[in-house]
Amino acid sequence: MRTRLDGQAQAALLFLLGATVLHAGLTDLHLRYVKAGLRPLLLLAGAVLVAAAAATAWYEWRRPPGAREPHRAPRVSWLLTLPLFALILVAPPPLGSYSAAHTGTALTKPLGFPELPARGPLRLGVGEYAARAVHDDGRHLRDRPISITGFVAANGTDDPYLVRMSLNCCAADGRPVKVALTGRVPPVLRPDTWLRITGTYTPRRTKDPVNGGPIPYIDVVRAEPVPAPRNPYDEVWNG
Amino acid sequence: MAPTTSSAPSTSPGSPPPGTGGPEPASGPSAGESRHLDPSLLLTLVLLTAVLFQGPVRGALAAPVMQSWMTVFVAVVVQALPFLVLGVLLSAAIAVFVPPSFFARALPKRPALAVPVAGAAGAVLPGCECASVPVAGALVRRGVAPAAALAFLLSAPAINPIVLTATAVAFPGNPEMVVARLVASLLVACAMGWLWQRLGRADLLRPPSRSVYDGRGRGAAFWGAVRHDVMHAGGFLVIGAMAAATLKAVVPERWLGSVADRPVLSVLALAVLAVLLSICSEADAFVAASLTQFSLTARLAFLVVGPMVDLKLFAMQAGTFGRAFALRFAPATFVLGVTVSALTGAVLL
Repeated sequence: MRTRLDGQAQAALLFLLGATVLHAGLTDLHLRYVKAGLRPLLLLAGAVLVAAAAATAWYEWRRPPGAREPHRAPRVSWLLTLPLFALILVAPPPLGSYSAAHTGTALTKPLGFPELPARGPLRLGVGEYAARAVHDDGRHLRDRPISITGFVAANGTDDPYLVRMSLNCCAADGRPVKVALTGRVPPVLRPDTWLRITGTYTPRRTKDPVNGGPIPYIDVVRAEPVPAPRNPYDEVWNG
Repeated sequence: MAPTTSSAPSTSPGSPPPGTGGPEPASGPSAGESRHLDPSLLLTLVLLTAVLFQGPVRGALAAPVMQSWMTVFVAVVVQALPFLVLGVLLSAAIAVFVPPSFFARALPKRPALAVPVAGAAGAVLPGCECASVPVAGALVRRGVAPAAALAFLLSAPAINPIVLTATAVAFPGNPEMVVARLVASLLVACAMGWLWQRLGRADLLRPPSRSVYDGRGRGAAFWGAVRHDVMHAGGFLVIGAMAAATLKAVVPERWLGSVADRPVLSVLALAVLAVLLSICSEADAFVAASLTQFSLTARLAFLVVGPMVDLKLFAMQAGTFGRAFALRFAPATFVLGVTVSALTGAVLL
């Protein structure tokens, strides 16, 4: 490729990049890719990029005719148009059942388990239910209704899973925590459907076919479809 | 298959339309202007074409593999961009507002002493690896001995407080991982600095050129540096993100398990994986923690090599210091990083 970006084109690209980052930061779009905590930095970066675009355009405009042109950008800069297209035109969805089926469960033993109310219905994250079921022998989970929310993933052979992806840093290292479904499982489950499962603890377990990690079961009593949550990832429980 | 499909929108910039072929755009204002397509016009055309064909493009990208690939690609870019921008601001500020004499005074005169001091300075300044390359370039331009600047380049992303905290959080049951990471990374950084001082040749290190800003105002110089570094490092960040997305979305995880059982192979494999994945050093501890099949020593190699050598860094180093430099520096760092990690792991882990 022979054509390099000149000053004005660089200003335009910087502005588009900054505006896109600001757009992602101001809406919930960024929650598909990064943790909520990155938002202030995203907004700051977007503002700096827009400022750099404005400054570039300003100095380009004031450049006296005949003065030496500033450096043209290297050709690799053209690649910066790709994330623009990806974010503006496609806006890829959060990691879903495909990643869940191809990645082993990320359940590890947490440092400790905070106290739970002694009785009554429980509302837990997928990761917390799995960790308590596998590493705490389901101590506080027995004989009480439990509800967990996640999306459906299936690998075709085993029971369907209810999955929540947990992020350590960003979606690039998102890993699933899986809970297998048994009991009154709806006959038709579309992958990536968000469900709130109400059920009871069962000591039954299985192994993840990908990495051999433990996957606990939940005995489903009721499964109701729910809209996808604002933040699709589990940031609190880094299993 | 993933990268080719996803880069569909970029085919227009990738293949020049007829008529744009010809010599490089000359720096003179008049030469060759009529024979080149105006880049602004080309950029507008590319954007408009992409908007026009967004329906078919979306359809082509609807496959789950592609969706997953794009999500990881966008995630890496969005996650790294703020750190890159902050690093570029710091780098531009150093280049424009800090007088060269400051660094000459702050670092010991003898390069042999300046290397460990610069390496240890990496532990104080929080910086991403994307940022450390332009910062090191600015240090060299400001007259710091290249050996010391390189020690800083290697140590800053590996042992800064944010990264060490992340490592402690990622390995709650193994606090010795934090110590091992600090020790091994600092050793490699200083060893590479001293190695460069003994063996490095000045002609290998293409001094980053920025002298064109002399005679312009400080504001113009500052924003010019910001613009240049964002365009440059950003392009390479996109390459790294594409590589990471391809490996994450296309390579089956099952392959990893079969490698982990062999000690030597697992250390080498994770070191190579660190090079390929190009994950930011703020994030890599958590990825290493999730590779539970592998030994702690193998994961230490991942944490030591990753912030110092990876695809994205190699491309950025080649862009900042020249290809001849990067071709020698990166493999040497890799070998040293793997060796020191294995030794440190044998002693500490």
